[in-house]
Amino acid sequence: MNWAAVSAMYVSEMTRFFRTIAQSFISPVISTSLYFVVFGAAIGSRIDQVEGVSYGAFIVPGLIMLSVMTQAISNASFGIYFPKFIGTIYELLSAPVNFLEVVLGFVGAAATKALFIGVVILGTASLFVDIQIQHPFAMVLFLLLTCLSFALFGFIIGIWAQNFEQLQLIPLLVITPLVFLGGSFYSISMLPPIWQKITLFNPVVYLISGFRWSFFGTADVPVGLSLLAIAGFTALCMGAIWWIFRTGWRIRS
Amino acid sequence: MTAIVDIRDLRKVYDGGFEALKGITLSIREGEILALLGPNGAGKTTLISTICGITNPSSGEVTVGGFDVVEQYRGARSLIGLVPQEMSLEPFTKVKDAVSYSRGLFGKPRDDAAIDKILKQLSLWDKRNARVVELSGGMKRRVLIAKALSHEPKVLFLDEPTAGVDVELRKDMWDVVAELKAQGVTIILTTHYIEEAEAIADRVGVINGGQLLLVEEKDALMRRLGQKTLQIELQEPTQAIPETLAGYDLELVSEGQALRYTYDTRGESTGITRLLGDLSAAGLQMRDLLTEQSSLEDIFVGLVKEGAA
Repeated sequence: MNWAAVSAMYVSEMTRFFRTIAQSFISPVISTSLYFVVFGAAIGSRIDQVEGVSYGAFIVPGLIMLSVMTQAISNASFGIYFPKFIGTIYELLSAPVNFLEVVLGFVGAAATKALFIGVVILGTASLFVDIQIQHPFAMVLFLLLTCLSFALFGFIIGIWAQNFEQLQLIPLLVITPLVFLGGSFYSISMLPPIWQKITLFNPVVYLISGFRWSFFGTADVPVGLSLLAIAGFTALCMGAIWWIFRTGWRIRS
Repeated sequence: MTAIVDIRDLRKVYDGGFEALKGITLSIREGEILALLGPNGAGKTTLISTICGITNPSSGEVTVGGFDVVEQYRGARSLIGLVPQEMSLEPFTKVKDAVSYSRGLFGKPRDDAAIDKILKQLSLWDKRNARVVELSGGMKRRVLIAKALSHEPKVLFLDEPTAGVDVELRKDMWDVVAELKAQGVTIILTTHYIEEAEAIADRVGVINGGQLLLVEEKDALMRRLGQKTLQIELQEPTQAIPETLAGYDLELVSEGQALRYTYDTRGESTGITRLLGDLSAAGLQMRDLLTEQSSLEDIFVGLVKEGAA
């Protein structure tokens, strides 16, 4: 392993993050606060409880997931797309590094940033509502795996994208709808029966359900299935990246 | 001297079907400066990119320091420093961070003293804390070189290092190249300026249309490149070159209608004045004069045809 390279890539990516630390910190705090004002106070006050949890607390895991997924994707996709765009990718391609090292450096940094934001949101949310975490170990595991797998997915998008529009396309058209419809703000038991079935095709449902279980002990789908889904998604993305580096798809002519 | 870079029948066909390299075979000796001359689109950058791992070869073999660039890419790439043609730099990074990053990427442990030395050598010391975006074009070029040197490579590729660079920087660059050569670094540079090859190279390779037309010691090549021809068209055709003109490098062309004189523009005297006097003395009447300098391409296409015949 070329650990010096892994650390160089990781530190370089994190430096970019710290250059804009104020935005990185303030924007999730503000957006979380807004969600609490709108969903927690205005709408939530008219909803009693969901599965025995106050609505304000119920949406916390979904809110964290929503931000972590979108942040992991946007950080990782931009992280690898930017060198492609400005041409500095030449250095990465000519360096003595393999796919695992690049992934550890770039995806590791993107996942760290997403994790940071997840923790900030959890902290902000705890100012608004009382949060109990029943399974802290599982909570951390779900959070880490979500950061990792969505950063991997973002990395693939960054390599696939040939312009800035494409970079935004999948997060905007696929991820955001899936996350919103994945039970961030509701339990799927609140849906009409037919939609309860259809929504099971949405992979994000499993992630949010598992994550919420680690907080409140209640879940829409069995927690084992959630863990399997996130592990499978991680493996799938790793496989795709391994293939990309082996064939040089979209990076090496 | 042993070969540090060995290229065997290297071919590159791009997805669109364009054949950028048509079977290049070349041995680059350890410690030499090799200039690859050729027009735009000749395949110079593709050749370098393939050696450095940016482009996949379609067939053939390349080893650097004995390591196959595909199978043993770690060993091969660790030895290589690359200065690309394009000014590809992350704009918001500080100069010294950009250089340290490259060192790490190539697997070397952090060494501030080594980085400082390179920054001083390239006159970047004063700018070490400046962001890349604040630098002039020439300074950015220096940063690219500093990045390529950060991991103390054994082989340095400079892809058109002086394209669009001012005279001062060009001179500085040649000094750096000379210093690196003294340290035993092998340097391969591409250029389309003959003067540049002449100033610093030990050997010159000419590449065109994806083929390596020739590799020759610089001195021998420059003699050939300095040659020019003077075509003297005669009023009356002649059957043979008069005896009195035997001392000149003359040849009879166009069925005796003209004489062709080959001379060296680098010599102290081209001998034209004397020749024209001797022609009149020999009773040959001139109708027209025409001088011609063979282009690089002409010369080597000719040479390749000769070789194939």
